[in-house]
Amino acid sequence: MNEPSLIEVEALSKYFGTVIALKDISMQVHAGEVTCLLGDNGAGKSTLIKCLSGVFLPDEGRILIDGEPVRFASPREALAHGIATVYQDLAMIPLMSIARNFFLGAEPNIGRGLFRRFDVKQADRVTREELAKMGIDVRDTSQPVGTLSGGERQSVAIARALHFGARVLILDEPTSALGVKEAGIVLRYIAAARARGVGVVFITHNVHHAYPIGDRFTILNRGRSYGTFEKADVSREEVLAMMAGGEELEALSHELGEFARTDGTSTAGLDEANRDVEALSHAAKPARRQPPDAP
Amino acid sequence: MTPQPANIDERMLRAGWVRRILGQPGLGAIGGAVAVWIFFAVLAGDRGFLSLSGTATYLEVAAELGILAVAVALLMIGGEFDLSVGSIIGASGMLMTILAVQYGWHLWAAVPAVIVFAVATGLFNGYLVIKTGLPSFIVTLATLFIFRGATIGLTRLLTGRTQLGGLGDVPGYDLAHTLFASDIPVAGTGFAISILWWLGLAALATWVLLRTRFGNWIFGVGGDVQAARNTGVPVYRVKITLFVLTALAASLVGIMQAVSFSGADVLRGDLREFFAIIVVVIGGTLLTGGYGSAVGAVFGALIFGMVRQGIVFTGVDADWFQVFLGVMLLVAVLINNGVRRQVMKA
Repeated sequence: MNEPSLIEVEALSKYFGTVIALKDISMQVHAGEVTCLLGDNGAGKSTLIKCLSGVFLPDEGRILIDGEPVRFASPREALAHGIATVYQDLAMIPLMSIARNFFLGAEPNIGRGLFRRFDVKQADRVTREELAKMGIDVRDTSQPVGTLSGGERQSVAIARALHFGARVLILDEPTSALGVKEAGIVLRYIAAARARGVGVVFITHNVHHAYPIGDRFTILNRGRSYGTFEKADVSREEVLAMMAGGEELEALSHELGEFARTDGTSTAGLDEANRDVEALSHAAKPARRQPPDAP
Repeated sequence: MTPQPANIDERMLRAGWVRRILGQPGLGAIGGAVAVWIFFAVLAGDRGFLSLSGTATYLEVAAELGILAVAVALLMIGGEFDLSVGSIIGASGMLMTILAVQYGWHLWAAVPAVIVFAVATGLFNGYLVIKTGLPSFIVTLATLFIFRGATIGLTRLLTGRTQLGGLGDVPGYDLAHTLFASDIPVAGTGFAISILWWLGLAALATWVLLRTRFGNWIFGVGGDVQAARNTGVPVYRVKITLFVLTALAASLVGIMQAVSFSGADVLRGDLREFFAIIVVVIGGTLLTGGYGSAVGAVFGALIFGMVRQGIVFTGVDADWFQVFLGVMLLVAVLINNGVRRQVMKA
């Protein structure tokens, strides 16, 4: 408990001109834990991780790494502090082989002078080993990345970040473009990263992906934080309700109710959906009563 | 906790060596070269195509374009075009000839000057592409006309003509002739030394592409600039270097031509930019970048040489050469697209 968090964000704010992108956000990232950053589209998730990964400088507040305040001028500096970000576009080149992608920009060399060359064998071996550590068995690392499925590509990107010394792994919507099964595979690799003692920041708007893997949840809504919740203190429905904002769900519930009444041929499916939304808006209420820093 | 690796393995096993071989970018061009050779061997085998001297002729034609094509292949794998190479050939040959003949420079003082000039044009092209953010196709189309026009204008201004001879009498010419324009006798037939340059540069380019960090970066910037930048590849430096290498290859061709003809013509190298791109594409390099090989460019140039000379041997009017070339280009692009789909099939 006395050990400082890997990352501590204190009252961070970020403005774009007159637009308040983030206001008074606080959160922690601990080693060996998955911190989920949840929120609907436009909630400020991307802006927050871009502050953490050195793309943006925050306008107010502090970021502390191991208890030391830092200001990252570039993604490279964040990387030097062990903060690796896997963006949605993955930084992977489809036509290049897995091993060549794995080491792109950090190729191992052998030989000296004019004969200095890319150590292809070493690259192959390390790639295979690192993927095996993540539980990915690749027979042929010379295969183009484009032949891998979306989940496999994410996994290679995660393995690469870990190999190059990431202590904090920021994953920007790693599961959003994936099918159910594929998303499950990526969640397993997130668990594998956590087991290796890495602090994972998992950004998503899908609570069904976040809840099973997350240890704590920071929920953003329109640039502000609803606070951070330990998994034991919050249910899946409460998380979902906070993400969407309770009132909107209630309104939607009424609307659907109206819809069902006016439309005589209401189907069972619609009723079911209506019940779900209603249940959610009820679940939202207790959480709404005590948000630490709600507007 | 582990996913199902057995599943993944099965799929990879099925992919196996067939895709591995299809995945070699130069494969189509090698097959094409064999086909073209058989075609002309049957049609013109008894008229000299199969003779040593016939072989030497088409290899020389292939070498001259091949030197250029090898550099253009690297540039195109890096995701850029250079349409100005033809004008750089003309400008380099003319610059060397003017310096040596008109101003009495020693030839081996003129050669470094041409190299400096080539580096400058490459940097100019590269910076212009990076700074404007425009497609290199447009930027170098503009510089093609700028360089060509300036070559014609300045040459006329300085010499009053557009052709200049007399390079053969300049001090230092003999060594240059030995290095750039001599014949190597093989079984009584002279093979142009440019063939050695061609194959040597192709081997070097292949090594750089497949076995150096810079080679990996070339594939990276051509495959996805943003992703390459995210992983720390110095994207601008890679692209500008490729433009410089291309300009250097063009100036080498310009020097070779001037030495071999003992003089220069402002129009030398006309259309070479298009021939080079055609040959590189026939060699399996993707127009979109990120995929290709120098070996493919070698066989593309070989096809070019065989077709150009083969038509002469058959006795058909050489005017039909360009039709043949255009058709080959179309077929090559279609094959390449098919191959890429095959490679990317999950």
